[in-house]
Amino acid sequence: MASEGGKIDPMYQFKIEPLAQLNLGGYDISFTNSSLFMLLVLGAIWVFMLGGMKREMVPGRWQAAVEGVTGFIGNMLTTSVGPEGKKYVPLVFSLFMFILVGNFMGMMPFGLVPGAHPFTVTSHLTVTAILAVISFSVVLIVGFWKHGFRFFSLFVPHGTPIWLLWLIPLIELFSFLIRPFSLALRLFVAMTAGHVLMKVLAGFVINGLNADAAWVSVVVSLPSFILMIGITLLELLVCAIQAYVFALLTSLYINDAVNLH
Amino acid sequence: MDAEAAKLIGAGLAAIGAGLAAGGVGNVFGSFLQGALRNPAAADGQQGRLFIGFAAAELLGLLAFVVAMILIFVA
Repeated sequence: MASEGGKIDPMYQFKIEPLAQLNLGGYDISFTNSSLFMLLVLGAIWVFMLGGMKREMVPGRWQAAVEGVTGFIGNMLTTSVGPEGKKYVPLVFSLFMFILVGNFMGMMPFGLVPGAHPFTVTSHLTVTAILAVISFSVVLIVGFWKHGFRFFSLFVPHGTPIWLLWLIPLIELFSFLIRPFSLALRLFVAMTAGHVLMKVLAGFVINGLNADAAWVSVVVSLPSFILMIGITLLELLVCAIQAYVFALLTSLYINDAVNLH
Repeated sequence: MDAEAAKLIGAGLAAIGAGLAAGGVGNVFGSFLQGALRNPAAADGQQGRLFIGFAAAELLGLLAFVVAMILIFVA
């Protein structure tokens, strides 16, 4: 956290700093703290999956955990897409795990190491937008692949009255096109808002402890610190819920593409 | 009015949207609980819809937050 003249900037945690300067054809492709944390996330997922892929007949604890997650995603896809949903388990599972572990990685107390601070990869619109574009383009590709131009019947729900045919497709088209934006914005804003709130509260604690009057630390810092513990728990819940909502909405959109209406 | 002051007032007004979204999210979970306590057997099957409603209500509150942040830091 940057403290300049006693003022703690809650937005500093989102700053992307290049760790190694790289240039390719005039483009800046430096290895940043964002890339570092993405690699950490991938490493964590890799270790988690590797520990559970021993395929024992009687699953141990670790394998049960991995099977729990894959079974969770599999169930979600079967209930929302149907038997064809099993094909999309790898995609939705990857999205879910990347977002979940990315969110949790940003909550880890790396700040205990001097000079280091955790970075939430999903707190940047560029990252979440790419995730949303992946999910949206899969819907488009699957829809046009399976149904061809009949995919456009998605915009005319069954039982639309004739006299509303000019309006309903417009609304449906709009709500279809807004999907990637809502997916990306929801995740990005939920993460950003939560982290800003936490850092603002942390600023209260630190500034209260540094205040000249002794009573300030008791009246301001202590309640803020207690509140921060609660907010941290809430943030962990939000991390999980946002990953779940992203995966759930992706599977619903895939359902639209596979089964039309 | 000073432009900076107008920005901050606008950001404060955007907080109304966040508060209304809190009401919306509360309504989603409250209604779900009302239904779930009447028929607990059917509650588990509706959790997906619960979270869809939660996500839709929450998004609008988050948009209000985005408006506030844009007014303070970007505009």
